[in-house]
Amino acid sequence: MCGATEGGLSLDGVNVAKEAVIQGQVTRVVDGQTEPVPNAYVRLLDATGEFTAEVPTSASGHFRFFAGNGEWTLRTLAPKADPVDRTVQAAVGSVAEVAIAV
Amino acid sequence: MSREDSLVTVQWVEDNLDTPGIVLIEVDEDTSAYDKGHIRGAIKLDWSADLQDQVRRDFLNKTQFEALLSARGVSNDDTVVLYGGNNNWFAAYAYWYFTLYGHRDVKLMDGGRKRWELDSRELTDELPVRAATTYVASDQDTSIRAFRDEVVAAIGVQNIVDVRSPDEYAGRLLAPAHLPQEQAQRAGHIPTSVNVPWSKNANDDGTFKSDADLTKLYDEVGFDQDKDTIALCRIGERSSLTWFVLDQLLGHKNVKNYDGSWTEYGALVGVPIVLGDEPGQAEEA
Repeated sequence: MCGATEGGLSLDGVNVAKEAVIQGQVTRVVDGQTEPVPNAYVRLLDATGEFTAEVPTSASGHFRFFAGNGEWTLRTLAPKADPVDRTVQAAVGSVAEVAIAV
Repeated sequence: MSREDSLVTVQWVEDNLDTPGIVLIEVDEDTSAYDKGHIRGAIKLDWSADLQDQVRRDFLNKTQFEALLSARGVSNDDTVVLYGGNNNWFAAYAYWYFTLYGHRDVKLMDGGRKRWELDSRELTDELPVRAATTYVASDQDTSIRAFRDEVVAAIGVQNIVDVRSPDEYAGRLLAPAHLPQEQAQRAGHIPTSVNVPWSKNANDDGTFKSDADLTKLYDEVGFDQDKDTIALCRIGERSSLTWFVLDQLLGHKNVKNYDGSWTEYGALVGVPIVLGDEPGQAEEA
């Protein structure tokens, strides 16, 4: 493999050289501790703000998209939190890591 | 049909968890979501393992569908309430599927699993026990299912609504962006099809927009209410949600879901394809 599983989710069977991966982890601070948020929803919006995809976070708070070259926005919805928007640049053959705190 | 006939709220579901004659069914794109916790009493249908023929590319036939629902303890008289993740994407597909086989009373939980979870409502890993039934399905109602030849014939004639994301429609992506992109079929869209991404039907929290907002959405792309309509996406799931909006919520007549969708159309030999953001023209015959 190409060492792209930084975010914790397996990339087995995916040719990452042909994909523009955006991935990361959603966390929140509880009682001074940073904890993963496993029941959040991360939405991928394109450069015009149009919805492209949505994934629920994994048990460890991780998420992943296969996008295309260019700028994207990640909109994260989590229980008892306001939505959080983060912009990210993606490129084919690379992995963009995004840490999101809600 | 109308909103009142086909949608229930998360609060209604919570209030009716113990009401006899209501069967909650979770259908998710992520088929493991149910196993991580589900609404109490809900059973699971796996869109891939349960609802697809495991050899040919098709749905279960009538006999297989009857066997499935009988084994899972669903009766003809039950009110089936479907919910799932991703704006009810696959739950809407199951709704269309149940309608295809003539189930009398089927509803979607507005907002789906996401609305339920964002409300911090209770999920359980307890598995319900339902006694087997003898379910009898109707023959497929093909007035809501489009096949490839009628899609090709509909170019320039009917409303063709392509509900994929703008980048898939234009041919810049071949699949939704949470799936790997390498695919066998050609990229692009059917000439004269208009792009109304399925996600535009829903608010951020997964609930459907108001009828007025939905009507405006389709008016803006020149949707002709006097014409028949075919909805498509990549594999027919997202377009089930658009079928639900056009047929069940807005009450349009003669709306079909093309379940072959882009993975079939984009692999057909010789059919016209348009690249880019514009719908394009029908070719001269």
